[in-house]
Amino acid sequence: MINTMECAMDAQNLISISLRKIHNSRTQRGGIKLHKNLLVSYVLRNAKQLYMNEKYAEIYRMQQYEEVMTVCNEIQELNPLDLAEDIVEASGDCCSHGAGSPLIMEPASVCCALPASNHPAHTPHQQQQLQATAACSAAGLALQSEEVCKETNSAFFRSCCAEAYPVTDCDFSSLSAVHCNKTTVLDLDTHVVTTVESGYLHQDCCAVQCQGAQAPAKKRKFDFGCYAAESEDVPDFTPCKRARFEDFYCPHSEQLDTSNISNLISIFGSGFTGLVSRQADSELSLNGQFCSKQTLASLGAWTRAIVAF
Amino acid sequence: MAGGGGNDVQWCFSQVKGAIDDDVAEADIISTVEFNHSGELLATGDKGGRVVIFQQEPENKSQPQCRGEYNVYSTFQSHEPEFDYLKSLEIEEKINKIRWLPQKNAAQFLLSTNDKTIKLWKISERDKRPEGYNLKEEDGRYRDPTTVTTLRVPVFRPMDLMVEASPRRVFANAHTYHINSISVNSDYETYLSADDLRVNLWHLEITDRSFNIVDIKPANMEELTEVITAAEFHPNQCNTFVYSSSKGTIRLCDMRASALCDKHSKLFEEPEDPSNRSFFSEIISSISDVKFSHNGRYMMTRDYLSVKIWDLNMESRPVETYQVHEYLRSKLCSLYENDCIFDKFECCWNGNDSVVMTGSYNNFFRMFDRGQKKDVTLEASRESSKPRAVLKPRKVCGGGKRKKDEISVDSLDFNKKILHTAWHPQENIIAVATTNNLYIFQDKLN
Repeated sequence: MINTMECAMDAQNLISISLRKIHNSRTQRGGIKLHKNLLVSYVLRNAKQLYMNEKYAEIYRMQQYEEVMTVCNEIQELNPLDLAEDIVEASGDCCSHGAGSPLIMEPASVCCALPASNHPAHTPHQQQQLQATAACSAAGLALQSEEVCKETNSAFFRSCCAEAYPVTDCDFSSLSAVHCNKTTVLDLDTHVVTTVESGYLHQDCCAVQCQGAQAPAKKRKFDFGCYAAESEDVPDFTPCKRARFEDFYCPHSEQLDTSNISNLISIFGSGFTGLVSRQADSELSLNGQFCSKQTLASLGAWTRAIVAF
Repeated sequence: MAGGGGNDVQWCFSQVKGAIDDDVAEADIISTVEFNHSGELLATGDKGGRVVIFQQEPENKSQPQCRGEYNVYSTFQSHEPEFDYLKSLEIEEKINKIRWLPQKNAAQFLLSTNDKTIKLWKISERDKRPEGYNLKEEDGRYRDPTTVTTLRVPVFRPMDLMVEASPRRVFANAHTYHINSISVNSDYETYLSADDLRVNLWHLEITDRSFNIVDIKPANMEELTEVITAAEFHPNQCNTFVYSSSKGTIRLCDMRASALCDKHSKLFEEPEDPSNRSFFSEIISSISDVKFSHNGRYMMTRDYLSVKIWDLNMESRPVETYQVHEYLRSKLCSLYENDCIFDKFECCWNGNDSVVMTGSYNNFFRMFDRGQKKDVTLEASRESSKPRAVLKPRKVCGGGKRKKDEISVDSLDFNKKILHTAWHPQENIIAVATTNNLYIFQDKLN
């Protein structure tokens, strides 16, 4: 389980530190170091997984809270004793399902977390167990991509995890950013392509049919096309031309690589400031305040930008 | 005396090479250290592309207790910075590795490599020069033939020793990615070079061709999950080599099995301890160095926190694991921020494979005596650089109450790192490179 000391707040820092490292590596002497950037991408993936799992767990918790409050309001007329029994049963089911399984589903973890905080009918020991389970499951979620190879109680072999760092399988080529202050991202939830311009979010009209587009919590592959392109396939890519998109020209058919490079560049050209500003918004939401739709939208764009990168 | 135990041996300061200045010029940063097969020569490469070779003075007959000192023998510029105009990439001149060839005649040969190009250098001595030419003056100017009235036979006359280094072969344009290793085969005819994704086999005489024997580049670069981090030939089986990966695995390949060794003969991997999982698990499991033992039965790997000894006959787990600086495990976040977590430490065996050595931070280096199950931490510093001063073992206090003479983790200097160490093939003489200085220590002779 990922050390629970490294909470979602650290995950954010790690993400921004990692992005900064990747950005700096592009101007380092000797060219991009493939090894180092691969390792940084693993940290990025790990941090992103934990952060997004925490965010989604929180969102589900808030949704569940609203539902529970609605239910509670509706059943205010019922016998109080019946109410306590129902909830103990429900929490018992959730937790027995969830505890110990590495493939625990998010609703179960949330379910486990709720009764512990809202129902004093539980003994302190039970409450502790439930809270521990919730903590464990939240952290365990972060290892989902590793769990593909991992069997419960058996050893984990790194070599069998052929899954690379997450990236979308989508073809960005037709949507590559033209202006250097725009970032094109794909919303993995709605399959809507959006353009982030100088830190502001615009909705584009066109949707992209993306093979394998799934909920953000699932695996994506990190785009190493930019490294391949740099090293072998894009002879005309010059450092001095990074800022000027109109000059960007790739004679080869690898449009995917070049457009991903342009996305990468535009993220750091303008989006980094945008990312930092969104980070401030995210920190507010992590302080436990209810997320306004606006904050959620900007946060979503930020996390989706990460995934696109 | 063959290389003996780690703790029974008392290590003494012998020499230090390099500038005393605390302000380190980047070009002077030592990037590789290697003894030759006899131990008489010690080569270093630096970030500025230079190679400096030290030679051990013959033992002084009147002072048999003292081993000869190492003095500068030859210095030359091996690699220059280059610019690949096609890809708009600057190619660093930093010497990544030096490997000596076994000596066949009076001259010495070594291979040196930067990120892209390997060069074979011949280092030869000249201590005589011809004198008495008929058509040339002593200063080299040509004489007017009409003024020649008598003929004489030129003779060799002694001169001050001059050591010349000349590039005999240049092995270029075979690597798209950054070269991390070179290794001379036991057949003394071929050698391998490895970059992030490929391993190539060369013949020492042929520069315009090399054979690709390992290629782990995926068809789609987006699917890249690991890179090659080091490679080495077996010390006496010329068909066998190993390469390590960023995922912590080592693959042993047999070149007799097929031309392309993508399919390994053996895969060495230790399962990960799930309780140690962190954001940085992938980084700290990446292997930074792999070295066969001299007898060829074992190999040693170095990852960020430990040294592991593997028996070539057992793939499932290492036979020995030594923690180099376990106290850093709780500091990985900061080490990631300051990039120290990416430092590539090397490791080495002593002459009889009984002790292994590797570097750490704060100019500390560690030795692990395999037989006696003892380890020691020593420091390479100017303070303990008095002639024949015995090095005092150091101790790092991970947490809690710090004892006297212990150093706390938080006061370690992470800018002072020892990445490169080398052990004399026969004697208890070690060369330890700090950032820009080379320390030579030897065991205390009574």
